[in-house]
Amino acid sequence: MNMLKHLGLAIAAMFLASPALAQDAPGLDEKINQAFADFTGPFVSFIFAPFPGTGFPWIVGWLVVAATVFTLYFAFVQLRFFGHSISLVKGDYSDPNDAGEVSHFQALATALSGTVGLGNIAGVAVAVGIGGPGATFWMIVAGLLGMASKFTECTLGVKYRNEYEDGTVSGGPMYYMSKGFAELGLPGGKILAVLFSIFCILGALGGGNMFQANQAHQQIAGIVGDYPGWITGLVFAGIVFAVIVGGLKSIARVTEKVVPFMGVMYVLAALVIIIMHADQIGWAFGQIFAGAFTGLGVAGGMVGALIQGFRRAAFSNEAGVGSAAIAHSAVRTKEPITEGFVSLLEPFIDTVVICTMTALVIIITQQLIIDPATGNYMLNEAGNAIATVDGNSGVSLTSAAFASAFGWFPYVLAIAVVLFAFSTMISWSYYGLKAWTYLFGEGHTKELIFKIIFCVFVVIGAAANLGPVIDFSDAAIFAMAVVNVFALYFLMKVVREELASYAARLKSGEIRKFGH
Amino acid sequence: MTTKIVIGLDGTETGERAIAFAKDLAERIGTCELLVVYVIEWSPFTFQTPEENALRHKRREEEVDLATTRIVSPAVDALTAAGFTAHGIVRHGDVAETLNAITVENGGTQIIVGRASADGFKKRLFGSSTQNLVMHADVPVTVVN
Repeated sequence: MNMLKHLGLAIAAMFLASPALAQDAPGLDEKINQAFADFTGPFVSFIFAPFPGTGFPWIVGWLVVAATVFTLYFAFVQLRFFGHSISLVKGDYSDPNDAGEVSHFQALATALSGTVGLGNIAGVAVAVGIGGPGATFWMIVAGLLGMASKFTECTLGVKYRNEYEDGTVSGGPMYYMSKGFAELGLPGGKILAVLFSIFCILGALGGGNMFQANQAHQQIAGIVGDYPGWITGLVFAGIVFAVIVGGLKSIARVTEKVVPFMGVMYVLAALVIIIMHADQIGWAFGQIFAGAFTGLGVAGGMVGALIQGFRRAAFSNEAGVGSAAIAHSAVRTKEPITEGFVSLLEPFIDTVVICTMTALVIIITQQLIIDPATGNYMLNEAGNAIATVDGNSGVSLTSAAFASAFGWFPYVLAIAVVLFAFSTMISWSYYGLKAWTYLFGEGHTKELIFKIIFCVFVVIGAAANLGPVIDFSDAAIFAMAVVNVFALYFLMKVVREELASYAARLKSGEIRKFGH
Repeated sequence: MTTKIVIGLDGTETGERAIAFAKDLAERIGTCELLVVYVIEWSPFTFQTPEENALRHKRREEEVDLATTRIVSPAVDALTAAGFTAHGIVRHGDVAETLNAITVENGGTQIIVGRASADGFKKRLFGSSTQNLVMHADVPVTVVN
């Protein structure tokens, strides 16, 4: 929070000086960027510190180990109950008397609209651009393992949520930490909940806000020509303000409805491009597998590919982060574990399907330059990423890959990116708000303060450079995972009891499909 | 054995005509129970914001309460006052599917509905709820003009 306060003061100072600075717009962007990088540097360095004597960030290991532990502890629940999860989403097990409540499909769609977005478009491009095609392999592995993490946290999210007298609900890691630990007689639940809430607010402002604003600006500037980022920031902040403060729900509703269609269109376009290059599919997968274990000359080799793959997968599907547990808590079900089953489909759709599509399109359209002499990838001048055809990185790399097949696609992608960014911001403003109200209590003024801070960060995000923004976004989201995963280790036995009970009743026929 | 007749209401005057017809029919049959049903159009496959989800249970209670007090209870009270045995049910879902499901669950022998008042593009494309009910119901359906 201290860091937030400092950052807030820096922002306030910048806005007070803005009339003079506005005449020199790039200068303002640079100042915002520098102030931001200075304030967030130590936090970012800590989160991404490598294991002593290696280049492997401890946080990546933390997430991979957790996902593996949950996968083994629940005996590959993501495979055993995959079909059952789809049946739940289809509504086969929904009691008609409960119709009108939030359905499993709606909870999944809401959580997905918070996760599917720039991580799938820009994040994958960053992973493949730095870690090479091999990063895709590790991304898929992380996605498959992450399904078990998501299952664990979302089951707990529903089990320990708060239901208020007026019929509304609040749930998420902060509630299972405090209530779950108390139920098991463990100390420290409240402390963990407070820590998680602080990181969740930072994550909401970082990955859920600044990264989105930043990439949306890059996308728009790529089409209309370069202009200062704070202008995009102000427009975006105005719209977000109208929705979350002004209650202009119609904008949010339209976005929530358009985003799924954009997602489907994106996957279809990717599939068409892959089919157009059908003769190279085998080669592309060859690159993915070879790169996964050798690195194919990328910076950091195989470990570099692995780190990038895991890092971007975690950022994209948020498994183990705890955000989805907040989104899924709204479902009123007699069986909390059913929401866990439904949520395990998220990393599958987000990472295994959509992220892989993006990666395949970038690889198959040969955006990454290969040295003909060695067959390895060539590094850029700075030596920190693979050289690309037009020097693109992030979302512009994905855009260029799609444009190589459809010249008009960057325009569609720009609209998609803006809508994805907006929908992710709306979702994360809710996650951040829930953490904020957990810390400071419910109340109009308290909620308004958070919402205004959220809007200010939209402007900072759009104005700052990609480097510091992406580092801070990752750091804040991974900090949530540190606390969340720690709590999940203590609470996972609760989920195992639920799983055993549910599986037995499913087998005996006590839990059955309803004839619709 | 008591005959159960289901009356589907849609909150418009066509419902009144359906009730009038059901009363006439019930008088002729003799031992008859009337089930007044109102279905709130709802699909589990729509997209919502996290905030809408969090408020959903509260909204659902409000919707059920509104439909019960404004539409179903007045109809049930009027039927009871007129000497009929009547009950009311309010449920969310696809109108045609849910009306049929409630009829089957309760052992209803026929459904009486008013002719759909909805019009326009949606009706041309998907057909009205009444048309869907007539096409797919498991019991005879009477559509009152």
